[in-house]
Amino acid sequence: MLEIRWHSRAGQGAVTGAKGLADVVSTTGKHVQAFAFYGSAKRGAAMTAYNRVDDKIIMNHEKFMRPDYVLVIDPALVYVADITANEKDSTVYIVTTHMSTEELIASQPKLEGKKVYTVDCIKISQETIGKAIPNTPMLGALMKVSGMYEMDFFKENMVRVLKKLPQKIIDANMIAIQRAYDEVK
Amino acid sequence: MADTMELRDIEVWDGNMAASQALRQVQVDVVAAYPITPSTPIVENYGNFTANGYVDGEFVMTESEHGAMSCCIGAAAAGGRVATATSSQGFALMVETLYSASGMRLPIVLNVVNRAIGAPLNVNGDHSDMYMGRDSGWIQLDAYCPQNAYDLNFIAFKVSEDHDVRLPAMVHQDGFMTSHTAQGVATLPDDVAYNFVGEYKPMNDMLDLDHPVTHGVQTEEDWHFEHKARQQHALMTAVIPKIEAAFDEFEKLTGRRYNLVEAYNMEDAEVAVVCMGTSVETAREVAEEMRAQHGIKAGVVGIRVFRPWPLEQIAAALKDVKAIGALDRSSPHGTVGALFNEISGSLFNTDTKAVLTNYIYGLGGRDLTKAHLVSIFTDLKANADAGKPTTPLQQYIGLRGPKLSFF
Repeated sequence: MLEIRWHSRAGQGAVTGAKGLADVVSTTGKHVQAFAFYGSAKRGAAMTAYNRVDDKIIMNHEKFMRPDYVLVIDPALVYVADITANEKDSTVYIVTTHMSTEELIASQPKLEGKKVYTVDCIKISQETIGKAIPNTPMLGALMKVSGMYEMDFFKENMVRVLKKLPQKIIDANMIAIQRAYDEVK
Repeated sequence: MADTMELRDIEVWDGNMAASQALRQVQVDVVAAYPITPSTPIVENYGNFTANGYVDGEFVMTESEHGAMSCCIGAAAAGGRVATATSSQGFALMVETLYSASGMRLPIVLNVVNRAIGAPLNVNGDHSDMYMGRDSGWIQLDAYCPQNAYDLNFIAFKVSEDHDVRLPAMVHQDGFMTSHTAQGVATLPDDVAYNFVGEYKPMNDMLDLDHPVTHGVQTEEDWHFEHKARQQHALMTAVIPKIEAAFDEFEKLTGRRYNLVEAYNMEDAEVAVVCMGTSVETAREVAEEMRAQHGIKAGVVGIRVFRPWPLEQIAAALKDVKAIGALDRSSPHGTVGALFNEISGSLFNTDTKAVLTNYIYGLGGRDLTKAHLVSIFTDLKANADAGKPTTPLQQYIGLRGPKLSFF
């Protein structure tokens, strides 16, 4: 069982990101689950979303999770949300920030000694999609760090997941995914 | 003619999308709705399908849930296939009209996305609304995951519309835990899904002008009792065989097996929990772990059909266990949980001497963790060994602060 927790602000697309990831993973025959805690459901409120992936059918519906990956798509949540909650020794963190990994850890000492990667999904999405929707670039970064799927396969499936959007926006998302894949460190 | 939608064999859908797709595939004539969280996306998606030409029927936006169900009643009496969706306070506002629908013997399918009833205000899932509906005369089917929410809609239409039944049916799913959780759903092609349910055949429809009928009559003392007896007779005798037949036919079509009572690992179980909704699946996983890691022969009985209550099948599923935990996701306010009562009633005149205790859990969406279930199974094992309750009869699980228990 692979488990992923997203930290986001409502409106940044964590739920869409989690469901999009589930959709892509499902095409490979694996079983998936994507859900979220909505809380007060106000735009801008801190929230979490979750993915489970397994080879067998997923029966566990508890919200409690000890994540393998923690994806933080809003830079400030590193300081105001409990992003290390219920972590394991092996938990991998991918954080959206304009800082380097060293600078990030210096600013948030509880990430010291952990597997931390950084990428500026906010800047990437602003420069490609035209607004701060950091969900799809974060998936590009996850593909690089986890080695889950080949980039061509992943992008091909994301085009299908995003098919209801205008072509221009789909193209921009693909560039964003590739940039995050290339830039995550 | 409505457009066909090409679906992949497995779609990643949440429970709401699964329900809306089933409604689209059976080509409902009238959906009258007033949206409420967390069931809103069911009618929202359906409105989208209608606007994009995938549905031939009417989508009616009403001024309240009371109006929505009233409109459904009118459309069903007129002779159409009818459905809607609601949750929580919206369900509460519908209650008056629910009794009209069942008393008038109108087949209507209501998707209830289970949510807590305030105060305090809470949009998350528990079974308060489902429990509120249990005396309303509707058939109540319970989904544990998005796949079930899709499949049980077809079963609901098929059984509800049967001329031997003609009773409305609810399909329940857990708010957020199913309704907003995306999982793989094995789909049916549009024509296969439609043909399973078949073309709607109205009975005593008001738009059949050659055969005028009266609906919603006043009877008073001289006929009320007989009408209610006929309604109960249909619910108690016609529904269960029709549901079983529909489950059999559905298995032949899809390979997916449903049962009135979903017994899991019960062949040799010493202890068992009885529950509904997503908790059934989580409990199955924990039951496996209790066997593998703790040497406790644990089983799970999931209620698939809450009304009519499958009394004999429940008694049969539980006849050999030594300790049972009834898990209620609704505050019973002044007594034991509804499942505790139902199970007591099902076992009281049998030879079973199982120890029965009650757990109240998950109110307002509070997480039911695997750790909670481990502690419940551990309690039940102690009860089985002692041959009597070793805990209070009713305990609250997952509550912060001092432990709360009664009796």
